[in-house]
Formats: sequence, C-alpha cells, structure tokens
Amino acid sequence: MSFAQAIGDWHALAVLFVAGVVPNQIWRMLGLWFGGGIDEGSELLVWVRAVATAILAGVIAQIVVQPPGALASVPDVLRYGAVGAGLVVFLLTRRSIFAGVVTGEVFMLAGKWWLG
Amino acid sequence: MALPPLDSPQWNSPWRAFAWGLRSITQTILTIVLFVTYLGIGALAHDTHFSLLWALCSTLFVWAGPAQVILITTLGSGATIIQSAIAVTVSAIRLFPMVVSVLPLMRTPTTKRRELIFAAHLTAVTLWVECHRFLPQVPRERRIAFVHGLGCGLVSVCLVANIVGYFLAANLTQTLGAAILMLTPLSFLFSTARNSREVADVVALVLGIVLYPLAAKMNSGLDILVSGVVAGTIAYGVHWWREVRA
Repeated sequence: MSFAQAIGDWHALAVLFVAGVVPNQIWRMLGLWFGGGIDEGSELLVWVRAVATAILAGVIAQIVVQPPGALASVPDVLRYGAVGAGLVVFLLTRRSIFAGVVTGEVFMLAGKWWLG
Repeated sequence: MALPPLDSPQWNSPWRAFAWGLRSITQTILTIVLFVTYLGIGALAHDTHFSLLWALCSTLFVWAGPAQVILITTLGSGATIIQSAIAVTVSAIRLFPMVVSVLPLMRTPTTKRRELIFAAHLTAVTLWVECHRFLPQVPRERRIAFVHGLGCGLVSVCLVANIVGYFLAANLTQTLGAAILMLTPLSFLFSTARNSREVADVVALVLGIVLYPLAAKMNSGLDILVSGVVAGTIAYGVHWWREVRA
C-alpha cells in the first residue's frame, strides 16, 4: 500500500466529518451543556440514567434484529439463540461478561458450522 | 492490580492519576472486546474502500463503535451523506444521557465546563460502564485525570486494532466478520447487565430490548429514541414507586 492510498482522498475525509463526526458528537456536547448543572444524587439523573440504559438496550436489539453487514448472513434463530445462550451462562457464572460473550459467540459459530 | 487507597500520596499528582487510568485498561475484559470490535471496523473500512487514515480518523473523532459501523456500511452501500448522517445521529442519541449521567461523577464544585470537554468526548459505553466501577476508588479531584488516562488507553488500543484489522481484511471470512459484529450486542448487553444494581436498571435494560422491535414497527426513524424514553420512564416509575413505598 502506498502512502497516498493510506491517506486516501480529502473528499472522503470531509464526508466522514459531515456524516459521522458532527451527527455523533453533537449529542455529547449537548450532554456536556445540559448536564453541567445536575446534582449527582438528583432524581432527574436517575431518570436520565434509566433512559441511557434503555436507549443502549435499543441499540443492542437493533443490531440483533436488523443486523449490519456480514452479520446479516447469520440466520435469525442463531443470532437470538446466541444472545439467549450467552445470557444463561452470564447469569449462571454470577455475571461474568467474558463467559457470556464467549458462550454467545461459540453458539453462533457452532450453529453456523452445523447448518453448513 | 489494585488502585491505591483514596488517601495514598499516589493520588497527589494528576499525572500519576492519568497513569493509573491508563493502566486500568488491563483490568477489564472490555478492552479485549473493544480490540476485536475495532479490528472488525478496520477490516470493514478496508473492504468498503476507505483509506487507513479515514478509519483511524473515524475512531479518533467519532469514538463510538455502532456509529462507525453504521457510517461505513451506509456510505459503502451508496446512501447519501444526509441518510448516513441521520442513521448515525439516531444511534448516537444514547451518548447524551450517558454524558449527562457520567460527568457529575468527576465534577467538583470548582470544575469548569471546558475541563470536561475531553472527558465528554471519551464517553462511550465502555468508559461509561468502567467509570461507575472505577471512580468510587479514585479521589474526586483526580477523577478527570484518571478518566483521561483510561480513555486515551482505550482509544490507543482501538487505533492499533484498526491498523491490524485493515491489513488482515483480505483474510477475514464472512463467518469471522459476522462473529466480530456479534461482539457488540453481546458485550453491550452483559457489561450493562453487570452494572445494573438497582431494579430500575434491570427494568430499563429488559424493557428497552423488548420495546425496540415494537417501536421499529412504526418506522419513524426515531425508533430507538421512542423505545428508550418509554422504557426508561417506566423504569424510573418503578424506582419512584419503590422509594415512596420504602
């Protein structure tokens, strides 16, 4: 790979900022602006944290239900099964993230291999 | 590695606190998950014909895995800049409540807003989860320095992962690519679940997952926001009801 290839063209970098950096960063800066005056123990913060958790849950569900890229090649039942199997092991191992993630991945890969 | 006690002279220097933050990346399994996820993002960028510099800039300046995957896949599939920007911004809404809830953990009465800008930039799911775990063990006046160290460590790991993934891309099979993409929902789910101490946290997580497919049926483009606010508010109601009863 040449130096020019590694850099790429400036147009693509401009697109990165307009379509990626600004639409993403705006929420952090709004959070910085509005969150400046909120007290750590306030009830408002309890609600905000619950909404943050629920939105994150939505992002999780979106990736599993409407999978991006190569993940779309995995059948629905394997994606849902991977989350379910991972969750069972996560709970059985007293909340081990590692055990949960590995189980989910192994379930999906084994299923893919089984189905051919 | 255990962090020094709160009254240790180790915490006297902000640079030491930064170094402790940097070292703390070895204390979480999420560092490995991030490494593999960003390996995948590097490979995805390569396969979609973006330059290596482009991939590294996206990690440095976007610093949110799902947003980066969405940006690369939408642009790669021929979406317009506006369509990509909307998809990215909807996925990034979660960063707003995350920043609002994490910054009070590191603020002192004299902290100026501009001192928190970099910490706000570094805030993403991993930092959010780890702040709730590590910060109670860090003296309040050193927390910003600690978070800067932790965040810089995680970003560095991901930049290296991008480079490795970019050059490995040609050797990644579709199955391996799928396995890498599956890491994001699995690690997000279990790290958030481990952090859930109150009933309200569990309710928000479970309802947020269950309500999303229903909200997605409305096809408003704001599905995640709708299901998130509804599920989060119900979870808060559960918290409020338990407080009143107690």
